[in-house]
Amino acid sequence: MWRDAVLVAGKDLRVELRSRVTTNQVAPYALIVLLLFGFAFDQDQYILTHAGPGLFWVAVLLCSLLAIQRSFGLEAADGARDGLRMSGLDAAGIFLGKALAVAAQLAVLEAVLTGGIVVLFGARLGDPLLLGATCVLATVGLAAAGTVYGAMAAGLRVRETLLPLLLLPVVAPVLLGATQAWLAAAGLSSGGGWRWLTLLAAFAAIYVALGVLGFGTLLEEA
Amino acid sequence: MDPVIRLRSAVALAGRFPVLAGVDLDVWPSEIVLLQGANGAGKTSILRACAGLLRVVAGEAVVLGVDLAADPRPVRRRVGLLGHASALYDDLSVADNLAFAVRAAGGDRRRVAPALERLGLLGRLPSTPLAALSAGQRRRVALAVLVARDPELWLLDEPHAGLDAEHRDLLDALVLDATARGRTVVLASHERHRAHAIAGRIVEVSGGVAVAPADPTGDDRPGRGPSPVPAVEAGHVA
Repeated sequence: MWRDAVLVAGKDLRVELRSRVTTNQVAPYALIVLLLFGFAFDQDQYILTHAGPGLFWVAVLLCSLLAIQRSFGLEAADGARDGLRMSGLDAAGIFLGKALAVAAQLAVLEAVLTGGIVVLFGARLGDPLLLGATCVLATVGLAAAGTVYGAMAAGLRVRETLLPLLLLPVVAPVLLGATQAWLAAAGLSSGGGWRWLTLLAAFAAIYVALGVLGFGTLLEEA
Repeated sequence: MDPVIRLRSAVALAGRFPVLAGVDLDVWPSEIVLLQGANGAGKTSILRACAGLLRVVAGEAVVLGVDLAADPRPVRRRVGLLGHASALYDDLSVADNLAFAVRAAGGDRRRVAPALERLGLLGRLPSTPLAALSAGQRRRVALAVLVARDPELWLLDEPHAGLDAEHRDLLDALVLDATARGRTVVLASHERHRAHAIAGRIVEVSGGVAVAPADPTGDDRPGRGPSPVPAVEAGHVA
């Protein structure tokens, strides 16, 4: 399973390195989203500082939609999905590989967006350990859930419009947990940040398990 | 000797539409079988069903000893399908596409270079992104994947399409070479002269839904390799 996961992740990441879609299109898109948020709040530093973490995760969610669409778009083109099915690769390995590749792209985007909210919004980062753990768990959860729902929508002609409809409501706990943990890390809320990590960890565990166990069925039936 | 492919009253659906509605077919080891029929006759559906990509919902379908109606997945790694699409990645180079396909199928990466050479994909071509290739070159890359994987059963859907005369000859040589090494080939082609020349047996697919061997009650084991005057077997609509 892990050998197959590494193989699939390597392939997806190699495709991204060659096409440069993440760096040349998705990353600028993420920064434009942040800029637009900045315009919308009209230079109100207090709001921008306090809303920064939430806006950061909204931007990450929007970027994750693009990364997942792209990940399954690769397989939809020129019968590549059939090639993947014919290869005999372990379905759980394919799931983990695709989720790993999406997670790696999200990690890059989160680094870019972190720089963006610090520079544009004057956001505080605070506790680096809590912040790092939040990003890791939220990224794993988003990548796993996105890969599950991406596969579900992949076989449909309306996949581009259906995926946001399926995914965004489902990942609401990630938005909530990650935003609250970040606020706590930055000292902008009175609650403890670590308890929100429990929510993020549970979400990630559920969707990793769902993907490992159910991706074969999704790949066959979607 | 067990057949490589054994279909009996095999039924497959695309959505709610029956693309195969009672197919009977035996294909024996080292045979080259040509599926022949009009557009939409069901040739591609038979190939996809044998590859385990189209679910057989009724009847019997056994390929390489694997019961496809129960679970088609175990057969896939042992079968190679050259379809209308290349099943490759535009952004990867030719060599990277081959390396991924071979390693994903559990093969040895060292089989990539000989396959590239056999298909004449030399010079700068191995490092060229697939998106930059012509249709014929893409077809040769897809063929190179098949050669590098060297599966037990080759399923070829219009394999001559897009190839120039030189590479059509090469394809025919590859097919004959594969069967000489014990592989089995089923192909669907509208290139009658070429396909007839290499096919050991021809099966007519008709009615858009069904196919039958010429002599369902008799011994339909073919002679090996190409026959001088291939016999066109009877079409059958279930």
